[in-house]
Amino acid sequence: MGMTITEKILAKHAGRDQVKAGENVWVNVDVLMTHDVCGPPTIAIFKKQFGKDAKVWDKEKLVIIPDHYIFTKDFHANRNVDLLREFAAEQKLPHFYDVGTSRYKGVCHVALPEEGWTRPGEVLFGTDSHTCTAGAFGQFATGIGNTDAAFILGTGELWVKVPETMRFVIDGKIPSCVMAKDIILNIIGDIGVDGASYRTMEFAGTAVEAMTMEDRMTLCNMVIEAGGKNGVIAADATTEAYVRQRTDKPYTIYHNDPDATFHSEYHYKAEELHPMIARPQSPDNKSRITEVLDVPLDRAYIGSCTGGKFSDFWAAAQLFKDHPVGVDTFVVPATTEIARQLDEVKMEGRTLVEIFKDAGVQIGDASCAACLGGPADTFGRLNADEVCISTTNRNFPGRMGSKESRVYLASPYTVAASAITGKITDPREYLD
Amino acid sequence: MEKIIKGKVFVLGDDIDTDQIIPAQYLVYSLEDPVERKKYGELALSGVPAEESGLPQGHIPLVEEGQQESQYAIVLGGKNFGCGSSREHAPAAMEIAGVKAVIAPSYARIFYRNAVDGGFLVPVESFDRLVESFTTGEEIELNLEEGFVRKLATGEQFPVRDLGEVGAIVEAGGIFAYARKVGKIGEAANA
Repeated sequence: MGMTITEKILAKHAGRDQVKAGENVWVNVDVLMTHDVCGPPTIAIFKKQFGKDAKVWDKEKLVIIPDHYIFTKDFHANRNVDLLREFAAEQKLPHFYDVGTSRYKGVCHVALPEEGWTRPGEVLFGTDSHTCTAGAFGQFATGIGNTDAAFILGTGELWVKVPETMRFVIDGKIPSCVMAKDIILNIIGDIGVDGASYRTMEFAGTAVEAMTMEDRMTLCNMVIEAGGKNGVIAADATTEAYVRQRTDKPYTIYHNDPDATFHSEYHYKAEELHPMIARPQSPDNKSRITEVLDVPLDRAYIGSCTGGKFSDFWAAAQLFKDHPVGVDTFVVPATTEIARQLDEVKMEGRTLVEIFKDAGVQIGDASCAACLGGPADTFGRLNADEVCISTTNRNFPGRMGSKESRVYLASPYTVAASAITGKITDPREYLD
Repeated sequence: MEKIIKGKVFVLGDDIDTDQIIPAQYLVYSLEDPVERKKYGELALSGVPAEESGLPQGHIPLVEEGQQESQYAIVLGGKNFGCGSSREHAPAAMEIAGVKAVIAPSYARIFYRNAVDGGFLVPVESFDRLVESFTTGEEIELNLEEGFVRKLATGEQFPVRDLGEVGAIVEAGGIFAYARKVGKIGEAANA
């Protein structure tokens, strides 16, 4: 019987010829990633269960990327980074991207691909729900809790239920005003915040094949907002070109068998897609931009694993290069590598940093920052009843800080256009 | 695992996400340190908007101000309970507050898995959405042997689903205890 990409990856890692959706299997883990919020409690469970002198199962497969609460004076947050540092020293871990060093990266889901940790056909677990981002590279990647991560730390294995696959086929040419963020907000709105619970969301079609890796990452990043276990896109020449620039490790490309069984299949015509908004307080509260025009805003935010990649800032700069912002606008590059690019890459003679500064935008340090609120002194955090438009991934009550705040999710184009006018604005007013 | 859990029920709506269960700013506290650990109990479900906390009347906190433990043993929610982040602090905070079980028609998978593998509380699936059938503060019995939840005052009862294949992990008390029981891993080195 035919298998899906996800079934093939899990079968291979379970040492089996065949697995079927619904089965529970133990799989071998290629990479485990953790960060400053969930790393310390994971380490505590690991020591409690395997002994205080226990060694991690494979130092080469453990990646620790502090990224959540970094640029804060919060005592407890800083202590958590210290705990990671102690553990990395004690275990002599080679892949710890420590704060305050030249190795510091920023947001783990963007740093993992940059550093060559995302490879087709592999199994990646991370103690963060947006670990699903890496499915863009044709691998199985999903978020887990501390206990499961501690189990992997000691054994290199974890049990998983093999998920059914929902296919989302997007064919045609995407209009220039529509970004990957608009496409995934549209899909989440169609199926709901639990529309893909326990399942794989696979993205395919000519529009997806034409996408850059960054855009594919945006699609897979938000499958968790539909309840999905993992997102996946079959690896192709675009994937290989990206991965080969960053790692020499071998990888395996899997495709669906012609007779693979799917839970369901959805078809979209790229030409019919529009800029979308997710209204407060749920990522599936979708509207076309034209249905929510002129909602007054207090601030705009561009950042996170979802909307803080280089291409997201390039998109925003296309609007900011000619127009100053009308409300407080915060830009947070996901990683230090992206921050470097913002400082070097020029658009019409100015670097992106210069364009942002000239437009009156505030630029923060690479980290998760206000996407998930964080400590009170977090850059860009919503500390009161502010209304914000953001390129991030969630707008549940209190997600970006205060319970009284309201968050609209949108693409970098839409956030930039709205930052300029101070109200929700159709980016087509500023784009050709 | 207790097969029969009796106590007061705390009622919530749909899509209760992990930021409502334990707001992200508090994740800095240690789950190991005995003093800091208690904060998770105090703060469990503190991110739920006041009008949606303790349905149907609302404006009821899970844990009274100044208290560290909840008077509610069972939380009953709507669909997609625990959606959002992978933070295991969410089921842990509820357990520290004194919650022993959640009843909901469906769960977000990472919350469900964390609750089971960490052995924090029992996530029970109801056949129907029961939010409108219960009032916060009612005394109820959750009977996992016979598969029902019952109002003690009236005897009215509603079926809940069997835990199925994760039942063995829940019964063992979590993934580590289960893995030791089935011989997957050895005894704890310093247990």
